[in-house]
Amino acid sequence: MKLTLKVWRQKNSDDKGKIETYNVDNISEHMSFLEMMDVLNEQLIAEGKEPVAFDHDCREGICGMCSMFINGEPHGPGKGITTCQLHMRSFNDGDTIYIEPFRSRGFPVIKDLIVDRSAFDRIQQAGGYISINTSGNTIDANATPIPKDDADKAFDAATCIGCGACVATCKNSSAMLFISAKVSQLALLPQGKVEAKERVLAMVEQMDKEGFGNCSNTGACEVECPKGISLENIARLNREFLDASITSDK
Amino acid sequence: MALTGLFLCLFLVGHLLGNLQLIAIPGVEGKRAFNEYAHFMTTNPLVKILSYLTYISVLFHAIDGVLITIHNKKSRPVKYVYKNPHNNIPWYSRSMAVLGSLILIFIVLHMSHFWWKMKHSSIPMPVHKEFIAKPQMSPYGGIQDTLVSYYYTTKGDYVPADEVKVDYSNKKPEFYVNYQKYDENYKASGTEMKIGEGYKDLHSLVCAFFGQDKMKEAGIAANSNALVAVIIYVLSMMVLGFHLMHGFSSAFQSLGINHRKYNKLIKVVGKAFAIIVPTLFAIIPIVIYLTR
Ligand code: HEM
Ligand code: SF4
Ligand code: FES
Repeated sequence: MKLTLKVWRQKNSDDKGKIETYNVDNISEHMSFLEMMDVLNEQLIAEGKEPVAFDHDCREGICGMCSMFINGEPHGPGKGITTCQLHMRSFNDGDTIYIEPFRSRGFPVIKDLIVDRSAFDRIQQAGGYISINTSGNTIDANATPIPKDDADKAFDAATCIGCGACVATCKNSSAMLFISAKVSQLALLPQGKVEAKERVLAMVEQMDKEGFGNCSNTGACEVECPKGISLENIARLNREFLDASITSDK
Repeated sequence: MALTGLFLCLFLVGHLLGNLQLIAIPGVEGKRAFNEYAHFMTTNPLVKILSYLTYISVLFHAIDGVLITIHNKKSRPVKYVYKNPHNNIPWYSRSMAVLGSLILIFIVLHMSHFWWKMKHSSIPMPVHKEFIAKPQMSPYGGIQDTLVSYYYTTKGDYVPADEVKVDYSNKKPEFYVNYQKYDENYKASGTEMKIGEGYKDLHSLVCAFFGQDKMKEAGIAANSNALVAVIIYVLSMMVLGFHLMHGFSSAFQSLGINHRKYNKLIKVVGKAFAIIVPTLFAIIPIVIYLTR
């Protein structure tokens, strides 16, 4: 395959950045998108140019690092996949592909396609934890009975890999789907009930501080989320938040 | 946002049911029913509270909506070069602020057309009149039915329109007759006596605004731009429909009401509401244009 790539190049966070055009040839349709990027980078190095910086780690859809906005969609075309799971057979010979970093005030660009997603870590640190007994009499998790349905929902929420595709695609650049998954996975379980109220208030407060927008229920995030996190979680977050705002001491 | 939005949806239902009287009941009964309803809506203290709640809701909803939208726009300072939103959400879900602002413009226009004239205008509103057939002497001999115009009072009486003076100084139509008073010396002195209050004829105002004055009953100059008015109203209702197509179910999600058992119901009711309510609103000016 022959492709024209329009890639966002930006030296550092102070640089303004711009789109550069590259041509690549001999791309196999069996390559993953990241392997295609590797080919491009080898070509650039051979030409004595700076390779394109991009994030990646597991290359199997579980770490959430490979943030790229491809042809107007986070992780490119296809549903339920990350960029590393996107294959070149999704494109046609001669295609032009736009590759940009995820855009949000909460995700400042570090270099080229790499953005700083530590805002998610800070939101998680603000309340995404539970208190457990560690003083030698740890309670076996399986000793606490949990309804199957709740366990399933909590597990579904817990599959969020923090990739940020929800923020990237949202017209409001809202992080509600991510936070709702993190709040839900704990709020649904008895172990998470202890800090439930403080948790939701603290995480939402941190979300606002990080500069993400407000959810207007368009549902774009649910469509683009590689893990199929449901909007049901956002409703749960809204419910938890309303409840906590009214009844919490804080 | 969600609470004011849903309150406004309730308002829409009430407003629609009231307005459907314009076309639901034919003839003079319809006119009387509508003008009585309009009178009730402008004088009842409970309705007054509701109407202030509605004004506040619209203002709060609009200001909050615009502020949120501006904040959300700022949350992505550098835009994408290539964005392809079409494949994941419908255009109206992405255009709530534009649709809402168009609704706001419509609300201002709409209030200037009817509410302002009903409430504050210095031009007095026409007064509700009915024509009743009365047997009268014909100049050609014999007795013939002739149409005589009567004002209908808030007490339910009829007073002959030719024999009373209408006074608008208290911002409502009041009927006066000349009344001869005699003192103890049987000296006559003329005074004016109020014998009743009438209804403002909003029905005719609306019919003249949208209609082509087929019946000439309004006694108001017909609107030469009636067709333009009808088109603007119909388009505005389409805008409202799209706003609700997203807004109705969105409000439930905002309030955290999302349950596998009821989601389908909320979605279906929301879509039905977004189609039925604006369509019924839009039918009113169309019917008036075609028949009055
Ligand atoms: C009769 C008139 C109106 C009705 C029935 C109505 C109804 C609604 C409803 C139910 C929602 C969803 C709320 C939510 O998701 O929480 C909504 C959202 C919205 N409305 Fe309206 N609305 C009306 C007029 C307006 C006006 C005049 C504006 C003015 C600009 C406006 C701007 C917005 C915006 C920007 C949103 C999206 C906000 C968000 O979801 O974050 N609306 N509307
Ligand atoms: S909710 Fe989905 S899209 Fe958002 S961060 Fe988690 S996995 Fe990624
Ligand atoms: S590199 Fe880990 S999810 Fe793509």
